Amino acid sequence: MTTPLRLRAGLVSLVLLAAFLGIWHLATRSTAPVTTMSPEYAKLMGLTATQGKSAMPGPLDVGAKLWEHLKRPFYDNGPNDKGLGIQLGYSIARVGAGYLLAVLVAIPLGFLIGMSPLLSKALDPFIQVLKPISPLAWMPLALYTIKDSSVSAIFVIFICSIWPMLLNTVFGVASVRKEWINVARTLEVGTVRRAFTVILPAAAPTILTGMRISIGIAWLVIVAAEMLVGGTGIGYFVWNEWNNLSITNVIIAILLIGIVGMLLDQILARFTRMVTFPE
Amino acid sequence: MSTFDNPFDPDRNLRAGCVCGQHRSAAEHEQATALHCEPVASEEERYEGVVASAVMRAMFPQDVARRAFLKSVGASTALAALSQFFPIKTATEVFAQAGAPEKKDLKVGFIPITCATPIIMAAPMGFYSKHGLNVEVVKTAGWAVIRDKTINKEYDAAHMLAPMPIAISLGLGANAIPFTVPAIENINGQGITLAMKHKDKRDPKDWKGMKFAIPFDYSMHNYLLRYYLAEHGLDPDTDVQLRSVPPPEMVANLRADNIDGFLAPDNICQRAIYDGVGFMHLLSKEIWDGHPCCSFAASREFITTAPNSFAALTRAIVDATAYASKAENRKQIAEAIAPANYINAPVTVLEQVLTGTYADGLGGVKTDPKRVDFDPFPWQSFAVWMLTQMKRWGQIKGDVDYKAVAEQVYLATDTKKLMTEMGLTPPASAYKSFAVMGKTFDPAKPDDYLASFKIKKAS
Repeated sequence: MTTPLRLRAGLVSLVLLAAFLGIWHLATRSTAPVTTMSPEYAKLMGLTATQGKSAMPGPLDVGAKLWEHLKRPFYDNGPNDKGLGIQLGYSIARVGAGYLLAVLVAIPLGFLIGMSPLLSKALDPFIQVLKPISPLAWMPLALYTIKDSSVSAIFVIFICSIWPMLLNTVFGVASVRKEWINVARTLEVGTVRRAFTVILPAAAPTILTGMRISIGIAWLVIVAAEMLVGGTGIGYFVWNEWNNLSITNVIIAILLIGIVGMLLDQILARFTRMVTFPE
Repeated sequence: MSTFDNPFDPDRNLRAGCVCGQHRSAAEHEQATALHCEPVASEEERYEGVVASAVMRAMFPQDVARRAFLKSVGASTALAALSQFFPIKTATEVFAQAGAPEKKDLKVGFIPITCATPIIMAAPMGFYSKHGLNVEVVKTAGWAVIRDKTINKEYDAAHMLAPMPIAISLGLGANAIPFTVPAIENINGQGITLAMKHKDKRDPKDWKGMKFAIPFDYSMHNYLLRYYLAEHGLDPDTDVQLRSVPPPEMVANLRADNIDGFLAPDNICQRAIYDGVGFMHLLSKEIWDGHPCCSFAASREFITTAPNSFAALTRAIVDATAYASKAENRKQIAEAIAPANYINAPVTVLEQVLTGTYADGLGGVKTDPKRVDFDPFPWQSFAVWMLTQMKRWGQIKGDVDYKAVAEQVYLATDTKKLMTEMGLTPPASAYKSFAVMGKTFDPAKPDDYLASFKIKKAS
């Protein structure tokens, strides 16, 4: 057995996928009609009721529908019906806006708190209380005060992605090796220069890890926020299709949400690798 | 008398209770179109027809007297006689004109249910553009969101449950902001749907301990279900559980066995039947025939800042409502509002709701053309009834000035003016008496009515 581990793992993945699809297909096959109905009545009923079709779509249904969506991802049939590409675009734009704002606030603030033990102790109780609040709990308050639903959604992204970044920045800055700072001090490096040339590179891997956690959370939250606020975005798409009880489309959306989430995570992972240094 | 009835018909049944509510037979229904306020060949002709109707009604406000007059001279003679001393042509031209809207691009929010039919269909079928507006209808996730977005002015006007503008104006569950209802969307069109496992439990007395879903606390659904249960001796606060569930989640919850049934807006009821998870226990029409359900609502601020836009919008809605009230247009409407951009539901389901020929979930096909109907007039007595129920179930405490609230929120006077301008015939009074489960409601005596209920929340 000399096949490389990678190939073997890939093979196992494929087998697992095939088994999953197979079981899914078998489990959702139509059964024979449960009861006999008059044709007039049957015409008014859905397939679930007349042909005993499972309410859960099979993998073939999902595949066919997915292909339909992929063929025209950017169609626009009016304000409430847009292609999946446009919906994902809206969601990514919202996440991007909220996330960038959070970066702008969290990293400088984290530096400040991390470099000053006094601030660190003073702000700690606030951060500890605010951190565990579910971002969606802010939604009614945001809608009420900001009075604009799309800004509210961005605010919710901001508030949920700020904490992991802030805490990781504080931790990273506070745990820079004392020797390095002492060396900088003996060389009479100023505070600002010290922050940028010594502390920032040293703390960067920890900060990037915080940013990576944040983007994951932000992507989780945007779907829920858009389901609440509606209008546009992949979360709205899920809600709209659920409205129509179209489980097929919901499954497609789930799949796409997973893929986009993975891509966002991979981008941040690449950045993390770029700033990591061997000690 | 319904707003869209023909006053030139001497044989029109003066009491409600006929098959379609307007005529006594299908033949008569078709025959009656000659002098009717229906969309005929051209817009002008229609206005003319309705102006004539308005004049006729003004001259003979009593149905009985008009009938006697028409019987003796005939409809065409009557019309010719009227034209001699009332310039119907000139009047029609004046009525059809309106001021230019201050704001043309408007946003109107809606919830994807068939109650919103006039609001939705007015976009694809061109009723907004006909009245000089460019309206974007925006689908919204739930009642609380639609309320907040309208209060925040993201929407200029919105589809709301009929009691919501009253609740908002009174500051119940929100800051008190004066809201108004220029038009009712639909009447009837709701239903009690039960899970299939309850198909032998048709007597509400056996429903103790069951869990029901309603769309919102301030909804006709809540008040009608409570009323229905209380009439059957169940206290809705202690004997059953009522849960506020957004309509789209109701079918999923019914399937998952989280609830035993719901009083919900259509297409949700029919959707549960279509998917084989529930059956129609009762149409809301059987509780109160002609009850309002949803309304077209706008803030008072919008009216004062853009009165012409508001008037044009209301005109478009009233126009669409009049179109939707005709049974022959319903199939076409079902197709127009079914796509994903609007209600996003199978056409079969919408057709069953709108045409009234539907599968009941138990293997039968039923027909009731008035299952859902459309009548825009915001009767202030509707508002008074809702206030009595809000008080009955403890949503408002203390004394209520029923009339003042009703008149502030339900803009019967303005609607009447607009309807006359459009050549429709509004009713003479904004108060009418009606019966809910056989019990008559007198809008002049709300407190007596309230006191007559045995089951209510102790205040």
